Amino acid sequence: MNGRRLVDNIGGKLMLVLTVLSGVLLLLMAWGLVAKSSAILSLKPLDTLLFSGNWNPLRGEFGFFPFIAGTIWVVGVATVIAVPVSLLTAIYLSEYAGRKIKGIVNPFIDLLAGIPSVVYGVWGVLMIVPFVKNYIAPLYGTFSSGYCVLTAGIVLAVMIFPVIINVSVEVLNMVPREVREASLSLGATKWQTVKKVVLRRAMPGVIAANVLGIARAFGETMAVLMVAGNVAMIPKSLMDPAYPLPALIANNYGEMLSIPLYDSALFFAALLLFAVVFFFNLVSRAVLVRIEKGIR
Amino acid sequence: MLLSTAIVMFSLLLILGTIVVKGLPALSLDMITKAPESGYYLGGGGGILNAIVGSLLLAAGASVVSMIFGIPVALYLNIYLTRKSKLAEVIRVALDVMCGVPSIVYGAFGFAIMLYLGVRASLLGGIIAVSLLIMPVMIRAIDEVVRLVPHELIEASYSVGANRFETVFKVVVRQTLPGIISAVLLGFGRGIGDAASVLFTTGFTDRISFSLLEPVATLPLAIFFQLGTPLPEVQQRAYASAFILTVIILVLSLSARFLVSRYGRHMVK
Amino acid sequence: MKNRTHISVENLNVYYGDNQVLKNVTIAIPDKTITAIIGPSGCGKTTLLRCFNRLIDTVDGIKVTGKVLVDGDDIFDPQQDVTAIRKKMGLLSQRPFPLPMSIYENVAYGPRIHGTRKKNELDVIVEKYLKMANIWDEVKDRLHEPASSLSIGQQQRLCLARGLAVEPEIILADEPTSALDPVSSRNIEERFMELKNRYTIVMVTHILRQAKRLADYVVFVYLGELIEHGPSKEIFENPKEQITKEYIKGIIS
Repeated sequence: MNGRRLVDNIGGKLMLVLTVLSGVLLLLMAWGLVAKSSAILSLKPLDTLLFSGNWNPLRGEFGFFPFIAGTIWVVGVATVIAVPVSLLTAIYLSEYAGRKIKGIVNPFIDLLAGIPSVVYGVWGVLMIVPFVKNYIAPLYGTFSSGYCVLTAGIVLAVMIFPVIINVSVEVLNMVPREVREASLSLGATKWQTVKKVVLRRAMPGVIAANVLGIARAFGETMAVLMVAGNVAMIPKSLMDPAYPLPALIANNYGEMLSIPLYDSALFFAALLLFAVVFFFNLVSRAVLVRIEKGIR
Repeated sequence: MLLSTAIVMFSLLLILGTIVVKGLPALSLDMITKAPESGYYLGGGGGILNAIVGSLLLAAGASVVSMIFGIPVALYLNIYLTRKSKLAEVIRVALDVMCGVPSIVYGAFGFAIMLYLGVRASLLGGIIAVSLLIMPVMIRAIDEVVRLVPHELIEASYSVGANRFETVFKVVVRQTLPGIISAVLLGFGRGIGDAASVLFTTGFTDRISFSLLEPVATLPLAIFFQLGTPLPEVQQRAYASAFILTVIILVLSLSARFLVSRYGRHMVK
Repeated sequence: MKNRTHISVENLNVYYGDNQVLKNVTIAIPDKTITAIIGPSGCGKTTLLRCFNRLIDTVDGIKVTGKVLVDGDDIFDPQQDVTAIRKKMGLLSQRPFPLPMSIYENVAYGPRIHGTRKKNELDVIVEKYLKMANIWDEVKDRLHEPASSLSIGQQQRLCLARGLAVEPEIILADEPTSALDPVSSRNIEERFMELKNRYTIVMVTHILRQAKRLADYVVFVYLGELIEHGPSKEIFENPKEQITKEYIKGIIS
């Protein structure tokens, strides 16, 4: 009898410790990244790091602006493509599609979410790069290798479809049926109901879903690394190559211990990514949690 | 709307189509039965068995580690803590944020841990990084399943005099077994496909290695490196490797579905 | 009929947040009889029942004051081993909830937890209690199939067997027939009549006729207050309080 009670007590305590640890891990990660990048942070002012365009690690110049600009360009393009497509798909799935269609589309979306980013990268290299090089670039009368902002944006957009769609559908499904019925019974059409009632009601959640997707795009590494071109300059157009932050980290890990401050600089890049993604995620999760609570 | 849904589905078909069309012709029996014959895949002979084995070991190791830590956490959040618990809420938000942290950051963090512990690039290092990456995903997936366990079922166990620990491990785990399995497979799939987190942490070897402290090759990186070479015939092999990785992912997601139906028979609705 | 008191409730108050669900309830529930707790829904019947085996503990934001004595021991005493209290009482819920395992395992679950490990002993226990719950003949050839494959009526009897297998003294039942068809309900009612010589049975019901058929002792709860309690005959034929009268006549429900 006492043995059982002991197991219950100790087991419970152990599980509590694990649970708290799992949360503390996040703080530990933040702390680790800050600690590792402190070397460069103590030597260079933050605004030089963020806004200077001079990147020359051998001479000790670490201006991250080209990489930050590259990230913003690529993520921007992905956002412009992914948001409308994903939103319309989510609305279709939650409001219009029948059981059967959902049964077909949902596994597709799950599969899309499960494909490794390297495979996305291979696809980008095989299909989008030549497509942009041979068809899109001549259209604008410019030359492009195909390894550019637009390509990376397209690949990223496809990668974040599932994130935005899944969370949006969840949010839309949380809008009570009565709200729709109330609008329909006043003689509104289905589309009017969706636009004026359902979407308005679900708006915070839908925005949160998109922010989650965009955050994913910020940190995505391999696929972008493979198609973005990786030239350390500030992109001027969609056809220019870009060198986003994750690609910078991934590409230079080999040399990072041989050049002074380089490792600290790369950890600073990781810290930047972490901070952006942390902030985006925290805000949208807080919104989503609040919505879920309101429903319960 | 139909158009955008079609775009989403079409893009998946395009990806799979491209991988099959380019990968299948380059595929040969050697690819999956032999290690590369010359260093860093450059010669083009042999196969990528080293990377397949490495990836499986890595993903399996990381899944086991995540399971050991993750399952108790998911159970604790739901059964020991109550619905209104502030702690549970904070932990859930933290885990959600961790799910969103990019894998390259896990790679960097894992690398920092390895430097701290004095572990060099190895299977162990990779397992550390990948475990960190997939644990939040796994916990939240199991959490969602455990949350759906009817409270009456837990009460039924309490009412014959079982304590919480017994209830959790004898009743809740059995009820949610299908969900736990699919969550673990989800984590396994994430682990086997991720490249950015293992870039710094596993190193590389041409040989098939089973040692925790030796470097290992992984499938995603094999694809990346082969594609990065200037030699067309090696690039071909990258396509074939991508095909193999995709097949593994598809098999995983199908077997998750199968196992769920198989082990779902005791589940109480 | 003079029985010793088995469960005695003294000045029991239950608060849910600012809401008082039970107000100063004091009753004595007699040994080896069927006691029915009757009253309109949402009046605290189930809450009262859940105090007896402390399942009330698992609800968020609940506060309990007062005493519940079982065999003279205060069960809300922090020194008490909750699992030992619960072992003394079997529970039948509104809908049957078999555990996610086989029929056999469901019955063996409790005894195993309490230390019976030997296969042959367990076999004996399983058979004995499945028989007692009158379901043995229906399941003896399929003991290792999932319990969820049984019909709802069979599941409820299996849950009864599961509760009996830990050798409780008390059976708590919360509207145990509300999810069942008439035939299955009758089967459960007949079990109760057989079992009442050996167990103290406390059941919550809002079916007055069921209370009339089964109960020896009746407790009437209205809006969280104990209005009246006494032998079944007295309550049904000669209620003292106006409100009990109206409830039994069906003027209020």
